[in-house]
Amino acid sequence: MIARMTTNRSTERVMLAHGGGGELTGRLIEEHFLPKLSNPALSTLTDGAIVPINGTPVVFTTDSFVVTPLEFPGGDIGRLAVCGTVNDLAVMGAIPTALSLGIILEEGLPMDLLDRVIASIARSAQEADVPVVTGDTKVIERRGEGGMYINTAGVGGLHPGAHLDLARIVPGDVVLVSGTLADHGLTIMSVRAGIAFDSDLRSDAAPLNELVARLLECGADIKFLRDPTRGGLAGVLADISARANVSIEINEASVPITSTARHAAEMLGLDPLSVANEGKLVCVVAHDDASKALKILHAHRHGKQAAIIGRVTDASPPLVELRTRIGGRRIVQRPYGEELPRIC
Amino acid sequence: MCLAVPGRILKCDADDALVDLQGNRVRISRVLTPDTRPGDWVLVHAGFSIATVDEAEALETWDYLRQAYGPDFATELEIESEDTGNSEASLAKGLSP
Amino acid sequence: MTARLDNLFRELREAAGQLLRPAQYMEVCGTHTVSFYRSGLRDLVPGNIRLISGPGCPVCVTAQRHIDAAIALSREPGVILVTYGDMLRVPGKLGSLEATRAAGAQVRVITSARTALEIAVANPEATVVFLAVGFETTAPATAATLLEADRRNIDNFAVLMCHKLVVPAMLTLLRNKDTALDGFLCPGHVSVIIGSSAYRPVVEQYAKPCVVAGFEPEQMLRGILQLVRQSLAGEARLENIYQAVVRSDGNPTAQRLMAEAFVAETTPWRALGEMPASGLGLAPRFAHFDAVRRFGLTMGEDEDDPACRCGEVIQGKVQPVECPLFGRGCTPITPIGPCMVSSEGTCAAWYKYNRPAKDLPQRAERPHASVTEAVT
Repeated sequence: MIARMTTNRSTERVMLAHGGGGELTGRLIEEHFLPKLSNPALSTLTDGAIVPINGTPVVFTTDSFVVTPLEFPGGDIGRLAVCGTVNDLAVMGAIPTALSLGIILEEGLPMDLLDRVIASIARSAQEADVPVVTGDTKVIERRGEGGMYINTAGVGGLHPGAHLDLARIVPGDVVLVSGTLADHGLTIMSVRAGIAFDSDLRSDAAPLNELVARLLECGADIKFLRDPTRGGLAGVLADISARANVSIEINEASVPITSTARHAAEMLGLDPLSVANEGKLVCVVAHDDASKALKILHAHRHGKQAAIIGRVTDASPPLVELRTRIGGRRIVQRPYGEELPRIC
Repeated sequence: MCLAVPGRILKCDADDALVDLQGNRVRISRVLTPDTRPGDWVLVHAGFSIATVDEAEALETWDYLRQAYGPDFATELEIESEDTGNSEASLAKGLSP
Repeated sequence: MTARLDNLFRELREAAGQLLRPAQYMEVCGTHTVSFYRSGLRDLVPGNIRLISGPGCPVCVTAQRHIDAAIALSREPGVILVTYGDMLRVPGKLGSLEATRAAGAQVRVITSARTALEIAVANPEATVVFLAVGFETTAPATAATLLEADRRNIDNFAVLMCHKLVVPAMLTLLRNKDTALDGFLCPGHVSVIIGSSAYRPVVEQYAKPCVVAGFEPEQMLRGILQLVRQSLAGEARLENIYQAVVRSDGNPTAQRLMAEAFVAETTPWRALGEMPASGLGLAPRFAHFDAVRRFGLTMGEDEDDPACRCGEVIQGKVQPVECPLFGRGCTPITPIGPCMVSSEGTCAAWYKYNRPAKDLPQRAERPHASVTEAVT
């Protein structure tokens, strides 16, 4: 019986689903990492840590990137590695200052592919205006076609306009997203072996530090930011609800999703709300400042399709609830793990 | 139990067809609907077309098709024309809102 | 909301208002179950209409012994086991395919049966075993793939047959006198293949209204409305409101391929036991594609958790929260019963989309009374 098997530590193994950013990833961290590594900075489990250096708060974060295939419409592993860490810093309220780049190469990787990825890293770093200042390379034995794994870490100082704190979220606050959802995750699905289909979908991978800075400088009371990567919007909202102990009500018709993404999700049996994004923000803003924040988002090239999608409420127990197109309601939960394409 | 989505055949190649699912082009098998031609609407399940769909009925049944398929949509799709040349014309007709 | 939906809701409220006791309709299909939740429709249907989720999820009803056989096959040297993503987390006694993959087995997710053949052609040194699941919607794809493998002499391809048939399951439910149902919302995409006329026995032998409907909210709403109207009129008719894709005789090409490749046989359903003529096996001339036979596998027995009430949930006798395991050990991450296994299983959908502690069970009083006859 699986229920009993999974609690048997001696036979349990890591499964792909443990990396899906859902409930299983949460358990992996809570049951295996936190008990041994816990400290106040780590235990916040945010996108990065704020550590004081000589009395100045410095935001520090790290992220690893594994994606198959390495190149896909709209981006590649290099662009993900830069944008992912830049965005993790930005949503912590930091001004990203510098990145590190650790690359593990598999024997057999075509050199011209490596060159393209490095060029992409350079372009993305330039676009974000954050330099790669240190790095490391290792090569491992061939396992498959010749792969590549990247880790980036980043540091930055806190933006003076940043007062991001889950504890400041109160009923009445407004939830915004900076653009269409699910494009990245569905693009990756479209190029994956065994599933592959040709699509107009493109990954949305983009650095959001400039957009975040504009938001933090516009005078709106921005209370919380997060980039909805693995686990998608559903994961982020479920997290906010659980940690801030509030309910969130989302209006399905307001959530921006292209019809191409909607149809791809429908075909694969995936919920677009649970699919990863790599160039989007979820933003919680004080009620009276929502239209100001929306205007700022709309004025930026990475926020043209931003939308107000819902609000924070005091409904009890704290849950994320979706008001559907036809006026019904349903609960939005954190996804469980790796989302698999379904036929049922 | 069974997810299936409506799409339109762009191209036929023996038992295979390329189907447009609103900007996603999927190679499917049409052995279960052997009489299909480019321009036809089909219902796709697990990589196979399982039924042909009348265009007007498709737009009537699937709300999201009505919402998504604007009047200029037909011109964007590159449907392989048959020698009769009728498929393009008949496609454009049913797509007006 | 569109005016069309508004009108339908109004008509449904009016019709439901005339029911003299709550009515129970079964949506046979798991995709209907999920669509009801996802669209929020379940929340909007008048309170005296109870929707019961039937056994219509081929993932949920795949027996432990079949999962265990798939796991055993995936552990055979040189085997690549391929299946739909739905199957990876389904628990057998030996664990799940997902866990077996983590332990080193080659398990691959496909979205089309023909990809299984492509993998076989690309890996001539391996044997590709296709764990074939699904109802009549999916079975023709397996049939077509088998026939192609036969035509092209692809002999490193084998199938573990777990396909199931819907109508025999519905009839088995009806033979059980405890089942209190006032009608069926019939599965739209199964009906594409088998045709709406396949439900005639349900209507004729058991006098239960049947409406074949699609999966858009409007289709489902209209489906329920037609069921209520039949109940009010004291009728049991077969209606097809999914005429866009469902014909009375179904898809004859698909039926022909299935008849060529398969034979109906007795098969075990998880939590429901064995049902005669409710599954598909390989026709004798394709027996060499049978993975069980090719690998000389002995099928094990099922040991369902005795506390699990999925069998009753599927039959509409109890609601998920009435099961002692629901949410207490049996969750979507650690599913015990079939209804929690698939994301479209009744319990999984309930767990995922419902507010906790809401929708506490309300039993319909005197379920066998006519809905137009006053309950005393």
